[in-house]
Amino acid sequence: MTNHLLSADNICVTRDGNNILDNVSLHIAKQDFITLIGPNGAGKSMLLKCLLEFYQPDSGEIRRKPDLKIGYVPQRLIAEPTMPISVQRFLQLRKKSSPQELQEILLETDTLALVNKPLSVLSGGEMQRVLLARALLDSPDLLVLDEPAQNLDISGQLAFYKRLDFAFSNRDISILMVSHDLHMVMSSTKQVVCLYHHICCSGKPEVITKDPEFISLFGEDMAKMMSVYHHSHDHQHDHSHNHNHQHNHG
Amino acid sequence: MDLLIEFDSFLLRSLFAGMAVALVAGVLGCFVVWRRMAYFGDSLAHSALLGVALGLLWGIDINLSTLLLCSLFAILLVWLQQRRLLATDTLLGIMAHGALSLGMVAISLLNKPSFDINRYLFGDILTVSSNDLLWIVVGGAAVLATLALCWSSLVLMTLHEDLAKAESVNILLMQILLMTMMTVVVAISIRVVGILLITSLLIIPAATARLLANSPERMAIISALLGMVSVILGLLFSLWLDTPTGPSIVASATLLFALIAPVLLRKH
Repeated sequence: MTNHLLSADNICVTRDGNNILDNVSLHIAKQDFITLIGPNGAGKSMLLKCLLEFYQPDSGEIRRKPDLKIGYVPQRLIAEPTMPISVQRFLQLRKKSSPQELQEILLETDTLALVNKPLSVLSGGEMQRVLLARALLDSPDLLVLDEPAQNLDISGQLAFYKRLDFAFSNRDISILMVSHDLHMVMSSTKQVVCLYHHICCSGKPEVITKDPEFISLFGEDMAKMMSVYHHSHDHQHDHSHNHNHQHNHG
Repeated sequence: MDLLIEFDSFLLRSLFAGMAVALVAGVLGCFVVWRRMAYFGDSLAHSALLGVALGLLWGIDINLSTLLLCSLFAILLVWLQQRRLLATDTLLGIMAHGALSLGMVAISLLNKPSFDINRYLFGDILTVSSNDLLWIVVGGAAVLATLALCWSSLVLMTLHEDLAKAESVNILLMQILLMTMMTVVVAISIRVVGILLITSLLIIPAATARLLANSPERMAIISALLGMVSVILGLLFSLWLDTPTGPSIVASATLLFALIAPVLLRKH
């Protein structure tokens, strides 16, 4: 047995005759920070659902380290005002955490001022911070985030990713994140996995942006724009590209 | 003298039955409000009349036949829902009114002159038997114990299903439990407020409690208390003015809501 926390081996999911996931394998080891990217409809959410065991793949195997503790940050949470619940009560629902741990995480995620607020009045950015705080409670081994900054503006995204980086470097934890924010992902040095029903390419951003599959998936302009984050000297504009790829971006 | 003791014991029994039902309905009612299950509860209650009819037809305990039919109804509904052919409210509408009508037709075909349909439509708390009381106590205690055990899982699931799933809450089990609890509460509430008014016992105290509470637990406790106060007030009104008890209880709950809501809404 390897020391992987969570791994997917040869996962296949077919729905209505479409291959959503085609022989996908992904391994998350200790202290990995893996970002999953890909166009809409590429199967990112499905892969996440399979990994979290929300969905049973048609074939393939999901393996989990025994007693793996997962902290999950969903894309969004819309708290209805019909339920009166404070941030503090929400954070402590089903979570065993000492007051000291809670205090530390509140400070780290900048949510200390929110604890007595009703959950239903939080702004989008505040809610994502609270969700991150909740995921970090009770010392998880793995953090799984599903487009966590999707509904934030650009400065909100920047702040969220900074906070996540800080949380990562501060503890012994692995992270698996689905993200649409290519500009943020590509400016980091973490491992990126590009998915389009199968795994197109994976590696550090500077490697990914040169990969032919990445270029064909996101287009040459996008690939160049992304690689700028690492090779700002490398400016060869080529406007004669012609792509025939029929990727569904809907 | 004997008459007075008799009077006291039947009144106490009614009061106890009513308060026990209000306690359980008040707590479960919070989930009905949070999860928008009011129409589901109403449909379940309507289907109960068919259960009453079948109980009379087969000569079995009406509490039992109601419970069985409501469970069957809930299972059928979930099964149809998963087919996704029709919207849930359409399905509920078909099944609720279908079951209510079938129940009415079946009862009229039974042709029992002594049968008073109003007792089932609007409740008749003053005729609660000790057998009914047993159903209320056992069913109510089971529902309360389930709620207490699964409370935080149910609250988390209500806030965000995937979050609860990721934290290994068994969603399917929780949904089945919620449905079963609704079925039990509907079955035991029929005697107190009747088929047509069960939903109000679930949602009115909970809605009033929402205005007064700042945590899910407090909302549940306040809702239960308001429900019990409504039962006491309703019984008193009904004795004093000789009005039907079920509607008097619901009218009291509504009165409490009407008194509390404007004061607190202004503050918000």
